[in-house]
Amino acid sequence: MDNIVCFRTHHLNPPWSLQSYLKVGGYSAWKRILVDKVPRQTILASIKASALRGRGGAGFPTGVKWGFIKAELPGQKYVVCNSDEGEPGTFKDREILLMNPHQVIEGMCIAAYVMSATVGYNYIRGEFWEPYQRFEAALEEAKKEGLLGNNIFGSGFDFHLHTHLGAGAYICGEETALIESLEGKKGFPRYKPPFPATYGLYGKPTTVNNTETFACVPVILEKGAEWFLKLGVPGNGGTKIFSISGHVNKPGNYEAPLGISFQELLKKAGGVRQGHALKAVIPGGSSVPVLPAEVASTLNMDYESLAKAGSLLGAGSIIVMDETTCMVKVLARIAHFYTQESCGQCTPCREGAGWLWRIVHRITQGQGSLKDIELLEDVANKIMGRTICALGDAAAMPVLSFIQHFREEFVYYVQHGKSVVYSQRTSRSRKFLDYSGEVGGFISFG
Amino acid sequence: MVNFEINDKQYSAPDGTLIIQVADREHIAIPRFCYHPKLSIVASCRMCLVEVAKSPKPLPACATPVAEGMKIWTHSPCACDAQKSVMEFLLINHPLDCPICDQGGECELQDQALEYGKDVSRFTEGKRSVKDLDIGPLIKTDMTRCIHCTRCVRFGTEIAGMRELGATGRGEHMEIGTFLEQTVDSEVSGNVIDLCPVGALTSKPFHHKGRAWELQQVASIAPHDCVGSHVYVHTLRGEVMRVVPRQEDSINEVWISDRDRFSYSGLKSPDRLLKPLIKKNNEWVETDWDLALQFTIKSLQAILEKEGGRSVGALVSPSATLEECYLAQKWLRGMGISSIDHRLHRMDFSCDSGGPSPCPTFGLALTELENADTILLIGSHPRTEQPLINHRLAKAARKGAQIIMVNPIQYDFNFKVAAELTPSGGQLLHPLLGIMNALLSQKNERPHFAWLTPFLKNTVSTPEEKQVAEWLGRGNKKVAIFLGLQAQAHWHASALQLVAEALALFCQASLGYLTEGANSVGAWVSGVLPDQGPGGISLSEGKGLNAHSMVKTPLPAYVLFGGVEPEFDLANTVAARRALSESAFVVAFSPFRGGMCEQYAKVMLPIAAYTETEGTFINGEGRWQSFNAANPPPGEARPGWEVLRALTALCGGPGSLYSRSEEVRDELKHIVQNVPSVTLPSLEQRFRRIEPILSESKEGLRVVTEWPIYRVDSLVRRSKPLQDTAASPLFRARLNPKTASLYSIKGENKMRIRREGEFECILPVAVDKKIPENTVHIASALEGGGNMGQQGAVQVFLESNKDA
Ligand SMILES: Cc1cc2nc3c(=O)[nH]c(=O)nc-3n(C[C@H](O)[C@H](O)[C@H](O)COP(=O)(O)O)c2cc1C
Ligand code: SF4
Ligand code: FES
Repeated sequence: MDNIVCFRTHHLNPPWSLQSYLKVGGYSAWKRILVDKVPRQTILASIKASALRGRGGAGFPTGVKWGFIKAELPGQKYVVCNSDEGEPGTFKDREILLMNPHQVIEGMCIAAYVMSATVGYNYIRGEFWEPYQRFEAALEEAKKEGLLGNNIFGSGFDFHLHTHLGAGAYICGEETALIESLEGKKGFPRYKPPFPATYGLYGKPTTVNNTETFACVPVILEKGAEWFLKLGVPGNGGTKIFSISGHVNKPGNYEAPLGISFQELLKKAGGVRQGHALKAVIPGGSSVPVLPAEVASTLNMDYESLAKAGSLLGAGSIIVMDETTCMVKVLARIAHFYTQESCGQCTPCREGAGWLWRIVHRITQGQGSLKDIELLEDVANKIMGRTICALGDAAAMPVLSFIQHFREEFVYYVQHGKSVVYSQRTSRSRKFLDYSGEVGGFISFG
Repeated sequence: MVNFEINDKQYSAPDGTLIIQVADREHIAIPRFCYHPKLSIVASCRMCLVEVAKSPKPLPACATPVAEGMKIWTHSPCACDAQKSVMEFLLINHPLDCPICDQGGECELQDQALEYGKDVSRFTEGKRSVKDLDIGPLIKTDMTRCIHCTRCVRFGTEIAGMRELGATGRGEHMEIGTFLEQTVDSEVSGNVIDLCPVGALTSKPFHHKGRAWELQQVASIAPHDCVGSHVYVHTLRGEVMRVVPRQEDSINEVWISDRDRFSYSGLKSPDRLLKPLIKKNNEWVETDWDLALQFTIKSLQAILEKEGGRSVGALVSPSATLEECYLAQKWLRGMGISSIDHRLHRMDFSCDSGGPSPCPTFGLALTELENADTILLIGSHPRTEQPLINHRLAKAARKGAQIIMVNPIQYDFNFKVAAELTPSGGQLLHPLLGIMNALLSQKNERPHFAWLTPFLKNTVSTPEEKQVAEWLGRGNKKVAIFLGLQAQAHWHASALQLVAEALALFCQASLGYLTEGANSVGAWVSGVLPDQGPGGISLSEGKGLNAHSMVKTPLPAYVLFGGVEPEFDLANTVAARRALSESAFVVAFSPFRGGMCEQYAKVMLPIAAYTETEGTFINGEGRWQSFNAANPPPGEARPGWEVLRALTALCGGPGSLYSRSEEVRDELKHIVQNVPSVTLPSLEQRFRRIEPILSESKEGLRVVTEWPIYRVDSLVRRSKPLQDTAASPLFRARLNPKTASLYSIKGENKMRIRREGEFECILPVAVDKKIPENTVHIASALEGGGNMGQQGAVQVFLESNKDA
């Protein structure tokens, strides 16, 4: 059951060429739609029935999202693919773009058809130079083949797809910041409502979906919604690419059905490093709450199970940590990331993220107090739910969950001025994950 | 309308109203920083979070519209907790240096911290500090205090129409600044001082001059343009400390121009005239008011007796108050002086003998201007002439109005201009005739305009003029036509006015004048005109000379009222200097001494400057706006109207003893109400007067002069901060590269400009593509510009560069 959706060209050589994609049935859905003039509503119904949920993190049902766009209303509309993939732990879209770019193109074409959009953009993360080139090359192939452009297959439908390379900001993965960035402005998330479906790119109705979401679409239409739905568990159609990193023997991307047990997935990644034991798992990318080994071990990897366990599936980015990991230092690293990546427009995130990091950083320098642990929780709670976009929550959730599950490690660090983990271990592994953040742009009055 | 609850009380409001708007209407306090009623909504400070039933999170009141059945709590534990935590975040990196911050006492952060802040900070890390910027002589920055509300940034894009300030950097490294180390040069830049809720952007001239709570506030009207902006004058112990806007949505909204905000610096100029002075043996001698007034009357009477009524010319500032204007003409006419005028920039009066001049109003209200569909501006650079009219134009443009400019040179507009016609040699008349011609030949030709056709027999319309005609003549559209300062100062001013009138009539458009000074309409209404009395009534006898003729041929005596400096303010400064220097007697009623006045005057009488006198200005809309004095005049200076009252009394004039200035105003009002409205001869009759102009050749090189924004009157010219801005131009002859090469002139050269028998002047050259061909553009009223004669045809020569 592996590599049947997004990675279905992996066994071919090279997996990314148009030939390979055609060989696995690629573009057949697109051709059929155009030639048979399949009604939009039929496609939309399929997507809804397939229980495809957004792979960008929030897991919003894709069919419902597409339904927000009134295709019959006149005026320009846009489809935008979010390939900004910046969340630490996530590296699936990169591989999709590298290995199977045509499937993303086909997915976007179908989306454009459903929403009657004639222009689309793929916003690719600034550091993804190779995927960018691969995608551009695929676009050229598709254009030559008449799969894109004006009056595709004589259907009267036009679709022009462009690539845009970002400039290195995590925040531009947030869909409205991405739209601002596409418009040539600074990547500041917009206040919603209005949502992109009514006021998106250049103020026109726009749908933004993740790379993987688009890549699922052609397969659903080829093989049927039922087939896709049954791959997963109810309400969670299809397979998902899980990016597994950290203390596993074979880190990498694994396509597996939604609802697969964590244990099975861990096995695919070769299990925890030899001679070490699982300590904690961040199951959906650095922003989601961490789970201790006991909870993680019994998990099924679908949206509902993870929510029930107190975390989120996010983008399916699993960071595995064994017993050599100092949770305080990991939190310091994560907090530093969100401090640097906050866009700066809203107060709680701009001021709070840096404050959180400074407190954890101080603890890691042996300068913390017990009060700091409460302060951390209080500050994090004051950011949660009070910002324009979810980056504020992303900065707060790790803090709250790390303290919730590993409070005694924080207390130990404060009381002893050093990590409970390192005090039990050799100096060799101390380097691992050791982190000291720089004090950039600040004058410290000591 | 929707019904909803705030704090358990029922309210209703139109659909789409924001929670914060209802709260403001109902005086329910909601703290805020980024929200400003005149700016777009960003909802980024998060200070206004309120609790809304059924919403899992608190919502920003500034971005959430009310809805039917909505329940909102602004002070519930949930709301208060959200507001207090945002306040804590705002304060952690704020310097809290209130004792040395100019904003202290009027700081939104300070005020709201009192209610929502804690007394002890839990933040023990080092605070952020940000490098300061030097953004020019008007605005002081202290960017460490910035709370990133972005009001200043949005002001730049949305109101000033110039993206001068922006937010660079991300997260806590975000800083507000100019993108490249630049000064902020917008003509309305000072408004960011009021917008900035904290002490990050404050007034540079006011820096550490006083505390907000020590200042006294008096409502007043701004004195430098005909908009009539509402302002507050803030004084400390009798001295003006600053000027800030006073909200009046139908006029200036909440803004004022930098000129109106910072000109007060000139009040403290060392040039202030403090005592009446009489020149004896070429020395200035202090005297008392009685003697000075007696001497003035006697001197004038002696000349009048010897040389007759036309021997004295009186130039009155277009920014003198209504009361001053009325009393001035009353006193002067009582003395037998009939050459009275306030139209100082004007050089062409050929229409005057064709009938009375129309009252120079806008022709429509400022709020209507914003909603016009097509606007034609003739000879106008609204950004510098009337910055707040420019703001209304920008709003109109944003709403989709077609704005058409007919100008002597190309300007940088901060809004979309549909067409910009810049004829060669500054010959503004020809594009207007072209447009008129195209209108006449449109299908919807109107027979009662047939008489116009012969006047246009030499006119061929260009495609651009035809396009403009099409926009103007669409019918069912609201069209506004304006004659700007450059049209009024033009050598064809009368003809431009007539053609504009014809265009307005044809297109059923309003016709307006963007005039010099703050009170041109008031001066007209008071009868400060050589051939029209109070209320605009035509004088059948006792007509005098206009401002231009008064200096063209020197007169034996002059009266200058209200800080008029003819060497800067008149159209022909060369003639003005000559005339004044040669005259036997000049009396200057002015707040200032200094400059050439010291040489040509025989008497200098100190009068109050604008914050120091009560009075009335009539703005371009025709609104009578009275104001009080904010501080006493310095030394022995007296309000102008009091001095004039004394003079009238000394001359034994009837009814000359007014006890309050309101009586002067009311007397004039009574006259105005009972005067028959001005009737002009038919357009056709008046067109005959300009017939010779129509056949004039449009070839040849011409000088076009323009009063720079901060050189328009004696007060502005003495405001150091304004003079220090980048808007102060250099004394240069600017010409088009083609024209320059025609005369073998290059950028680094000097050039000699000459009009036979009139003037000769040498000045450095600047080559500039924005200047049309055959045009030499020169800023007037500059120091050192005294040898420049009036606009019009000239000869030019390459001047060998002697210094090189
Ligand atoms: C701070 C932040 C960063 C995000 N980064 C990404 C990203 O890199 N890629 C992505 O697909 N979605 C990202 N998202 C989610 C998007 O806003 C959006 O929900 C998603 O692109 C929708 O696509 P989907 O419905 O297909 O999941 C991010 C959201 C936030 C708040
Ligand atoms: S400088 Fe003032 S107005 Fe501008 S963003 Fe900062 S606090 Fe707001
Ligand atoms: S005032 Fe509402 S978020 Fe700033």
